[in-house]
Amino acid sequence: MLAYIIKRLINAIPILIGVNIITFALFFMVNTPDDMARMHLGQKHVTQVAINRWKQQHGYDKPLFYNAKDSGIKSLTNTLFFTKSLELLTFHFGKSDQGRDISQDIAQRMWPSLALAIPVLLIGLTINISFALLIALFRGGYFDLFGVTVCIIMMSISGLFYIIAGQHVVGKMLRLVPVSGYHGGLDAIKFLILPVAIGVIGGIGAGTRWYRTIFLEELHKDYVRTARAKGLSELIVLFKHVLKNALIPILTGVVVIIPTLFLGSLVMESFFGIPGLGSYTIDAIQSQDFNIVRAMVYLGTVLYIIGLIMTDISYTLVDPRVRIGSNT
Amino acid sequence: MWSLACIVFIAFLIMRKKPHLAEPWRQITKRKLGMIALVILCFYIAVGLLDCIHFQITTTQKHTQQTSLQVKSVLDLLLGSISTEHEKTYSEPFATQLYTQSLITLPNGKEIRTYPHLKYAATHLKNSGRSRAYDITVRSLTGASIAIISFLILASCVIFLLAKKHHVNFSLYLKAIIRGKTNVAWREAMLTFLIIWLFIWIAGFLISEYHIFGTDKIGQDVFYQAIKSIRTGLVIGTLTTLFMLPFALVLGTMAGYFHGWIDDIIQYIYTTLSSIPGVLLISASILVLQVYISNHPNLFPTLMQRADARLLALCIILGITSWAGLCRLLRGETLKLRELEFIQASHALGVKNRKIILRHIIPNVMHIVIITLVLDFSMLVLAEAILSYVGVGVDPTTLSWGNMINSSRLELAREPIVWWPLLASLIFMFLLVLSANLFADAVRDALDPRLRQLEGDTHA
Repeated sequence: MLAYIIKRLINAIPILIGVNIITFALFFMVNTPDDMARMHLGQKHVTQVAINRWKQQHGYDKPLFYNAKDSGIKSLTNTLFFTKSLELLTFHFGKSDQGRDISQDIAQRMWPSLALAIPVLLIGLTINISFALLIALFRGGYFDLFGVTVCIIMMSISGLFYIIAGQHVVGKMLRLVPVSGYHGGLDAIKFLILPVAIGVIGGIGAGTRWYRTIFLEELHKDYVRTARAKGLSELIVLFKHVLKNALIPILTGVVVIIPTLFLGSLVMESFFGIPGLGSYTIDAIQSQDFNIVRAMVYLGTVLYIIGLIMTDISYTLVDPRVRIGSNT
Repeated sequence: MWSLACIVFIAFLIMRKKPHLAEPWRQITKRKLGMIALVILCFYIAVGLLDCIHFQITTTQKHTQQTSLQVKSVLDLLLGSISTEHEKTYSEPFATQLYTQSLITLPNGKEIRTYPHLKYAATHLKNSGRSRAYDITVRSLTGASIAIISFLILASCVIFLLAKKHHVNFSLYLKAIIRGKTNVAWREAMLTFLIIWLFIWIAGFLISEYHIFGTDKIGQDVFYQAIKSIRTGLVIGTLTTLFMLPFALVLGTMAGYFHGWIDDIIQYIYTTLSSIPGVLLISASILVLQVYISNHPNLFPTLMQRADARLLALCIILGITSWAGLCRLLRGETLKLRELEFIQASHALGVKNRKIILRHIIPNVMHIVIITLVLDFSMLVLAEAILSYVGVGVDPTTLSWGNMINSSRLELAREPIVWWPLLASLIFMFLLVLSANLFADAVRDALDPRLRQLEGDTHA
């Protein structure tokens, strides 16, 4: 098991390097540091001196790959690629353009993101699975048709609509909860109820439909026929046998996204003014802070890869038939 | 976009000839929901195509002696004057006055605060003295009656042709359609057509005198914006598909067919790309593009070109982020296929690899491709709105639903609130996405053999 995890981690390294190269190419080669400096200093009347000063302040005054001025190993290390890009591999994110430490910001903003994302995931999962089970119980009839149609309709409504309408009706017209904002501690509940509810409602359509397909697929397998042949009632078949077996495909979908919960939701957080990582990223995009965007891209990749590995491990835990490490 | 329409049409002709290919599509037309969705989609596509035919108009203004060059589409001509007439600011749907008060100097020199009359809407009411409600009813009734009459003529022509094709007489076939007994779900298709047709004619009679969805901040007609946004939505959906399809198809089948290092490299590429969170990659790339455009202003002289460049770039990036999923599916399917007897037989007969892939593998994975593409389409339309909100979507000057929703955030905060641009864009987007989803469902049911069997069993 341990050997397997280590092997997977080693396999992840080339992927991380690949992501690193892509972001480096995007941020430094398509747009040279000169362009970035000009961007920040304003478009017109910028002297080369000012550009150079800006570059020096933010540590961009190095060649891209090869530094001819230094000798030996330093000619490779004292470059932009090494200092700005490879540093990410060791989680040194550096400083944002306002001079704040990015790692610290991330550690601080992670919690509000999680406070929003975890309830959305858990409540959403429970509701979606129960709806899907209900629909699967009455499959083939009008209830099934009705349920699926409602799901498709809910899927087709833009997520922005749920947010805008919810904010407007609950927050502004009924004045039940504050429209946006955040406060630490227990006060947070007041601010989180609405976003969580909206997040759950927005996910019901796609989620329920997806789980319904999984249940229907399971219902076709031989063990279901055996269970029915034994004379078990449909309810027991569904809840005891099908639900357990359907957990495997459900788990795969869920475990992958668990690590990325840290990143928060871009749209929800900025709409509700929650100071999480999602709104952090949006602010960075809007103020064109490349360091933060690069750090977030990298962080997202790492979390995704962790999610993939976790999925494989969770497979072995739920499904004894899957053996990790054997050559299958 | 026209070329894509041509490809689809040619594919349609080829498919008709081959019964084993045509069968699944016939299944789609049998399904009521699928047929309804198809009709709605056709209308959207028709509007989009009309909007794509551009031509330049040279207008000479007499008093200034200036010649101005305007790019217009056929759609603009059909919609008439609402594309150019601008009110001052917000006005409600069917309003005769502006939504906000302003200071007006009366002819006798007094200044009063009032709701000024609209410049281009309901101007004829003042002269004739009729009430607004009466005028709207008369106009919609005229529109509706024309729509119904033309529909009856069209429908009877279609039924006549169909009856001739099936060698039954007209009244018999008419009865079959009304009872819904025909093979193809003609009844549902015709009803949907009638509803849309009614809407078009009624709207057509109203838009010349009213702003049926009101006007926005700078006084542009919201209905016009919503209609024009159809093109943006469709372009994003189709162009992205065009960009991603060749990559996914070629690389996916190659990875599955050749084992070894080719497989490794392709797998590495798509794992790397798909492990970057999509939204972040898109926003990073658009950010970079923005810097590039603003630093090279001479490459993009006009605003139009900038907006187009951004739209194109958005499509490419969306294509890059979304091809990995399809590629993975295709690789898996090809892995299964290459072990089958008929592939091994062609191997043994000495058929070249390239030919095997082209002749035997690609036709056999086509159902996966089509299902994924149709499913992705609705996702892309929704994604556009969210990206525009984040600020990395299409250019703010491009008319799109995302931009309309984005600007409506401020409008909802106004007192009294301005709700119609939001509602209009949401309704138009919802209809397109809903019909695309329903159509995708029908396509999947018809093309996916495994699912077909599954559903068949549960309904039995």
